[in-house]
Amino acid sequence: MRAYDLVELAGRNLREAILRNSLTTLGIGVGVASLVAMLSLGVGLQRLFNRQLGRSGLFDSVIVSSRQDFRGRGMQSSDSSVPPKSLDDAARKTIEEMKDVVEVYPNLSAVGEFRLATGKPEESHFTVVGGLPESARSGEAFDEFQGKFFSSAQASQAIIMADFGRILLGLPDDPKAFDLKLTREQANQLLGKDIIFRYAERQSGTAAPARSAGSPLAGNSGKDLAGKDKDKDAGNKSDSPDVGDTSAFNVVRREQKLAIVGIVNSEPNRGMRSGRTSIFLPIEFAESLNMIQPGDLRNVMRMSEGKSYTALIVRVAKSKQVVQVEDQIKKLGFNTFSIVDASKGLTKAFMYLDMFLGIFGSLALAVAFLGIVNTLVMAVLERRREIGIMKAVGASDGDVKRIFFVEAGSMGALGGALGVTMGWLIGRVINLGANIIMVRQQVKPETLFYLPLLLVVGAMTFSILVSLFAGLYPASRAARLDPVQALRHD
Amino acid sequence: MENNGNGAEAFRTVSLVRHYKMGRNIIPAVDGVSIAADRGEFIALLGASGSGKSTLLNLIAGLDRPDSGAIVVDGHDLATMTPFDLAQYRRHIVGMVFQSFNLVPTMTAYENVELPMRFAEVRRKERKTRVLEALSKVGLQDRAGHRPSEMSGGEQQRIALARALVNQPKILLADEPTGNLDSKTGAEIMGLITELNRTLEMTVIMVTHERALADRYAGKMIFLGDGKVLGQTSNSNIQGVIV
Repeated sequence: MRAYDLVELAGRNLREAILRNSLTTLGIGVGVASLVAMLSLGVGLQRLFNRQLGRSGLFDSVIVSSRQDFRGRGMQSSDSSVPPKSLDDAARKTIEEMKDVVEVYPNLSAVGEFRLATGKPEESHFTVVGGLPESARSGEAFDEFQGKFFSSAQASQAIIMADFGRILLGLPDDPKAFDLKLTREQANQLLGKDIIFRYAERQSGTAAPARSAGSPLAGNSGKDLAGKDKDKDAGNKSDSPDVGDTSAFNVVRREQKLAIVGIVNSEPNRGMRSGRTSIFLPIEFAESLNMIQPGDLRNVMRMSEGKSYTALIVRVAKSKQVVQVEDQIKKLGFNTFSIVDASKGLTKAFMYLDMFLGIFGSLALAVAFLGIVNTLVMAVLERRREIGIMKAVGASDGDVKRIFFVEAGSMGALGGALGVTMGWLIGRVINLGANIIMVRQQVKPETLFYLPLLLVVGAMTFSILVSLFAGLYPASRAARLDPVQALRHD
Repeated sequence: MENNGNGAEAFRTVSLVRHYKMGRNIIPAVDGVSIAADRGEFIALLGASGSGKSTLLNLIAGLDRPDSGAIVVDGHDLATMTPFDLAQYRRHIVGMVFQSFNLVPTMTAYENVELPMRFAEVRRKERKTRVLEALSKVGLQDRAGHRPSEMSGGEQQRIALARALVNQPKILLADEPTGNLDSKTGAEIMGLITELNRTLEMTVIMVTHERALADRYAGKMIFLGDGKVLGQTSNSNIQGVIV
């Protein structure tokens, strides 16, 4: 029997019992809709999560720290056969020269005081300052960005967080306004304006004398690396410092004028830092300021040649090369961390979530399956005589079976299409509702439900397969009918 | 005018047996029947109810399988054919007409006549020509769009006849074709069958319990009783066709 005849006969049969078949198809539609809605929620959440992480720059980055430091959570231990090394300029250079490495920059974080240049000194605010490379420009934080990015990596410019902008403007503290954009008027009051940044500079190269009176902030007291008490030795040795020991440094208070060029309402490269940073400087400029960083005190305890870093961020050309670069760095004797390590577990977690949602969504489809079986068994009973006639005029058992299969498949295809549309609509409506609530709560709207083409095709295919499976028994029952008995049937 | 066929064999049955189980009892519906028909022959199977006429017809139609014996058509034994080959046989070799017409009630006359050609995979264009030709032969080309419920019994049987003819079968099997019709309409249908038998040289096997009908149209009469052939006779008193 030709395909178009099969389709025509099946279509005609479906039309003959249109109400019953429509209800069965609707049942399949509801089943598929529930499956699609559940899975598109799973996919949407995973996508949202991945996008947030991906835009944070973590997927193509490796955080490198010295094995001498405390191992952070999730840190991958270096090759234990290689002795630990200091994360200094030499190490930075080696990593920079590695294949597939695009850029290496220090994970810079310091504290300082800021005030508008036009403000009074007592209006200063203490906060954390960080450095941003040019590559951060493509991050999600700059999607809703007011102003512009740094003109160069050496520019004495600053990008500030919107909430810190509110503090600078002296606006009342509003926890709900956290992460929200400044109004245009508020932004205009800050953009292009100068701020005064007061920070502690680390002066290396020449160690300051013990209890130096020259610097109110400075100190090189206590023990040096040799374990000698400088106070006790003061009588035996001169006060001149050990010039070869680079662990000794002075701390000098500095002031720097910065121009505010941009305002962001979410933190750029958020995943790279543990605390909250309110002000960002161009990375090279920030490095040149030589600000005291939390790890500097720790570095005093160990010998290193030149400047050493608490952590370096290594950006890789493609995320799939992260593991390879990570391995190379570990072989050098450093600890590494990348989101690839963490995301393995998360991918698994999302897989379980999708599976759970899929099973939950499939329950309705299981009910629809029984509906199809019922409808087709009824059709076989009702059309016994017709089946007998068809066999008498030349239909083979296979022809009869195929007619019922096409009927089942058609209901599956129609139900699948209906279900995908309904599932998509359900997702849109819930998404809309959720976003209305999110906006009211002053949270940025997000796409929670996402329906990829693969899910559309998958759901349609699944629906047709389930329907064909449901049609197996009725179709074979119809095919097995004895034509003589069937023709006698009233 | 006597119609005894052209001498070439259309089919033959050899010691055909078909028993049915009814509870503990075994009913010998067909019990060792051996008959033969020549091409173009018009045979009437006569007998009382339960004599095995319809069972024999269903066996020749390939709708039922014998318990033993053979049904040989064109050198092939239906008893040994696969279900698919039997379906092919029903498509191309035999056409059937039933007492209760057996039209698909949800299909129009056109669709009912077209149905066997769907299974025979005849191309659409050719189908249309053949359906209209068959409907024209039975004089119902203007009723093509009507459903069986909109037609009289005689019209329905004509449509059934058109459906049986449309694949140009060699053998026409008619099971009490006038059983549900009044005498005038019955005569019209019989006239049509006889005409087809003559003009197309189609072998006709008709089951009937009306001796008069057999006397009038059949060239050979086979009498059945309790599943056995009680006797057969040639009929030289055929009265001709009245349409």
